[in-house]
Amino acid sequence: MKALIFDIKRFAIHDGPGIRTTIFFKGCPLTCPWCHNPESRNADPQKYNHIDKIGEKEFISEKTIGTRYTSEQLLSEVLKDKIFYDESGGGITCSGGEPLSQFSFLVNFLKDCRSEHLHTALDTSGYADMEIIMKIAPFVDLFLFDIKHLDNARHKRFTGVKNDIILRNFKWLIHAGHNVTARIPMIPGINSEKKYINQLDKYFSDLLCDNFNEIHLLPYHEIGCSKYDKFNIGLNQNFEEPQLELLEEYSLVFKKSGFKTKIGG
Amino acid sequence: MNDRIKSLREKSLNAVESLTAERALLVTSFYKSEEAQTLSVPVLRARTFEHILANKELFFDEEELIVGERGPGPKITPTYPEICLHSLEDLEILDSREKVSFKADQEIRDAYREVIIPYWKGKSNRERIMNLMTPQWLNAYRSGIFTEFQEQRAPGHTALGVKGFKTGFRQYLFEIGQVRRSLEHDPGSNARLEQLEGMRIAAEAMVMYARRISKMLKDKALQIHDEVKKTEILELSRICNKVPYDAPETFHEALQHYWFLHLGVITEVNPWDSFNPGRLDQHLYPYYKNDLESGRINKERARELLQAFWIKFNNHPAPPKVGVTALESNTYTDFCLINLGGLNPDGNDAVNELSYIILDVIEEMRILQPSSMVQISRKNPDEFLQRAIKIVKTGFGQPSIFNTDAIIQELLRQGKDLVDARNGGASGCVESGAFGTECYFLTGYFNLTKILELTLHNGWDPRIKKQVGLETGYPDLFKTFEDFLNAFRMQLEYFVNIKIEGNNTIEKTFADYIPVPFLSLLIEDCIKNAKDYNDGGARYNTSYIQGVGLGSVTDALTAINHHVYVENNLSFSELLNALEDDFQNNSTLQYELIYNTPKYGNDDDRADKIASNVFEMFLNVVDGIPSYRGGIYRINMLPTTSHVYFGSVVGATPDGRNASQPLSEGISPFQGVDMKGPTAVLKSASKIDHLKTGGTLLNQKFAPSFFNNEDSIMKLGALVRSYFKMNGHHIQFNVVNAETLRDAQKHPEKYKDLIVRVAGYSDYFNDLGEDLQNEIIRRTEHDGF
Repeated sequence: MKALIFDIKRFAIHDGPGIRTTIFFKGCPLTCPWCHNPESRNADPQKYNHIDKIGEKEFISEKTIGTRYTSEQLLSEVLKDKIFYDESGGGITCSGGEPLSQFSFLVNFLKDCRSEHLHTALDTSGYADMEIIMKIAPFVDLFLFDIKHLDNARHKRFTGVKNDIILRNFKWLIHAGHNVTARIPMIPGINSEKKYINQLDKYFSDLLCDNFNEIHLLPYHEIGCSKYDKFNIGLNQNFEEPQLELLEEYSLVFKKSGFKTKIGG
Repeated sequence: MNDRIKSLREKSLNAVESLTAERALLVTSFYKSEEAQTLSVPVLRARTFEHILANKELFFDEEELIVGERGPGPKITPTYPEICLHSLEDLEILDSREKVSFKADQEIRDAYREVIIPYWKGKSNRERIMNLMTPQWLNAYRSGIFTEFQEQRAPGHTALGVKGFKTGFRQYLFEIGQVRRSLEHDPGSNARLEQLEGMRIAAEAMVMYARRISKMLKDKALQIHDEVKKTEILELSRICNKVPYDAPETFHEALQHYWFLHLGVITEVNPWDSFNPGRLDQHLYPYYKNDLESGRINKERARELLQAFWIKFNNHPAPPKVGVTALESNTYTDFCLINLGGLNPDGNDAVNELSYIILDVIEEMRILQPSSMVQISRKNPDEFLQRAIKIVKTGFGQPSIFNTDAIIQELLRQGKDLVDARNGGASGCVESGAFGTECYFLTGYFNLTKILELTLHNGWDPRIKKQVGLETGYPDLFKTFEDFLNAFRMQLEYFVNIKIEGNNTIEKTFADYIPVPFLSLLIEDCIKNAKDYNDGGARYNTSYIQGVGLGSVTDALTAINHHVYVENNLSFSELLNALEDDFQNNSTLQYELIYNTPKYGNDDDRADKIASNVFEMFLNVVDGIPSYRGGIYRINMLPTTSHVYFGSVVGATPDGRNASQPLSEGISPFQGVDMKGPTAVLKSASKIDHLKTGGTLLNQKFAPSFFNNEDSIMKLGALVRSYFKMNGHHIQFNVVNAETLRDAQKHPEKYKDLIVRVAGYSDYFNDLGEDLQNEIIRRTEHDGF
């Protein structure tokens, strides 16, 4: 069995504790218009024209987004930085795309990681059958769980899917004692009004416990926009980047409720 | 920083580097004297030293707390005609060159024309050396295969040890007397007795100089009415009357004591890497603790004294360099590298309160000199490492970070005693040394990439159009990559042998003509052996050849292996044609070589195996060869600025680099080719065996945004610790945006204070040549992903 991976980033320092390697799985059931990895949506390899430069001169070559890896290949890739994980309390993070959409591979891979004593984090939209969540949970040390919007209708409008199974999974993981960090993409005009933040704070506070006590605010960044052109993916809605002062104000709201809160993960 | 320090700092920053003929004239007048003709060389050198110190102009600024200047004032720099005689053209170049200039007024030019040049012409050691070199050596030198450190400057490269810091000259004179008595009835001891006599004269000369200063201060004080100031200057006078003759007993005395030693070493000759107080926090701690307990000083006063001490270093630029030597090391920095942290002689964590205070001083002073570093052993606390990283984060390239556990193992491998190794550290850029007990010469940079170019051309240098190397065959005849590597190894060995043969001759000229009786007092066991530092008198003797361009030569060899032998999609003739016209007519090949070829620095064994292969080859050719003065040859991997000079003499290379462009520096990847982030770079860099070197240099550029929070600083600390676990020797960080640097190129006037990390040292960005500025901008900038 092979996974389709579109990137592997070493020295990832914003995807969980310590120094990590983040593996980006290709394919995602959501279509968030603010996505900074739009090339991750399609579950198949895609061709695009890549441009390299020497001075002013351009060289164009056809490249493919997405490479297939066996679990063994992927493991040997992430083991390259084991010494850094050990020293920093880091490990590996599976991100995407939606890694759970390649569940069968993922569960085996995470088992392999476990046998190498690697700390594992799963960066997920939470959009999966609960059965899948229940099966994967024993092999995940930390869930980086995206909460994009609490309102079901809005969630559906922005991301293309409803949030009821997402929130159900979220609660189940917390109640079942798994380590969960909530990550909120902060998109002005979508989920960044003060009123909504208060509502979110209320929702999280009711769940606060030993295994759920950390929140990351991930500010929308325009840097992702260039990818829409580069990979020829249309329909990029333009959003504004949130003000840092606003993020700091919001982060204080969660802190007051007892959450460790970070801006930028 | 209080007002006094602010003012002293300002004065030091604003002082203009200029030249003085003072020392050159004093040396010349003594060498010309009748008396000089009758003296043995060591005594002649010592009496010359005495003559300088007896007659030089004294300098004192009433705000100073540490006294004494090498020249008549801050940044007024003497010359050393007995070692390197500058011509009138040199003086003109030094005066007018855009970077690293020294003002040379009419007075010095007249002195050179009328007195100094007429006497020294044909007699300077530089001319002596050049006359002694073989045609093969001169060809290789002109071809740009290696540089020669001792061509314009004397050996030095050492640091003071525990003993030197706490020993008064009274004790040295006593020891000299003892050894002398033991030699009296030895019929063959004449030369050794002359060495001892030279050391005795040098010791007495320094005491005399200190007392001249003491008297000058007393006279000054008596004219001052302000009682506070008067008392302060009288106290300075008292200290200078006491040290260095008697051992220091207070913090202030210890600093002034060292400063006299420093001045002595850099007045006697113009040694590389000036001189170095070594493990400053260790040496000073007993005095600090004592003074604190007795109420003599408080923390604030200690800080002020250290800051005043710092300024003295900044007042002393490296003596003027010209020609190739200026190209290999073009900077005012004189490479005094203060060591903090590490282990004590028992092998335990040596970090103390003073280590942190000195880090505060480094952060607050933010000046070019002295350089500073922290030694990090696995026994040192994370808090110390993180404090250092927080200073690194402010972006002026200091302190750099060294692996104590690696340094100790390197020194042990070289045969040093465990305690001597623990008392050691790194001096200069990154060179491991047993402080206070070792004489280590750095003999010159070695251009590994040029060796590759010669191999590709059967020993012919296409730039100077001359057969300089061996005829190892044209590469299209090599059936396998191993055949090619074998030819490379033969060229390498050939030139290393030429270099070492030259070195032996050069070492001998320094032993015969430029002994250093003053420095010999300070480094154990020169007195005991009655032998000069430059003649093998020290307990340990090492000679280094510094390999340059590991990343470049690796990428070039990897490209050959990958395309010619593995993929078989390129012929040597196509490659050589493209290199010859600098890829003008084959940019597609250049693209393939740059973008579709494995590169060192990405944790990719296709390239990294070749790096360790080249490294081992260089090591095996150099390591263990005996040197003239009874030392052993070793390698280290550092460039200063020679990677720019070496690049300028190498045509286009198989890694896709254009002709004349800088090479990679230290063991860092070639600029901009490391695409997999810092962990991959560190993995690649640790595939060579650092423990078999005497130092390696790794540069990493980080964007300032990386250091935004405590969490990132901890992660950077873990990154460093991981590298050190893999036996990495040293790592340094440049924390500045490429964007800022580009703006600084456009508007130098706005960035007069911008200090960046170059290679083993920091420098003002404005003082760097444009090629080097561009090279630093191109180094890959890491950010958090």
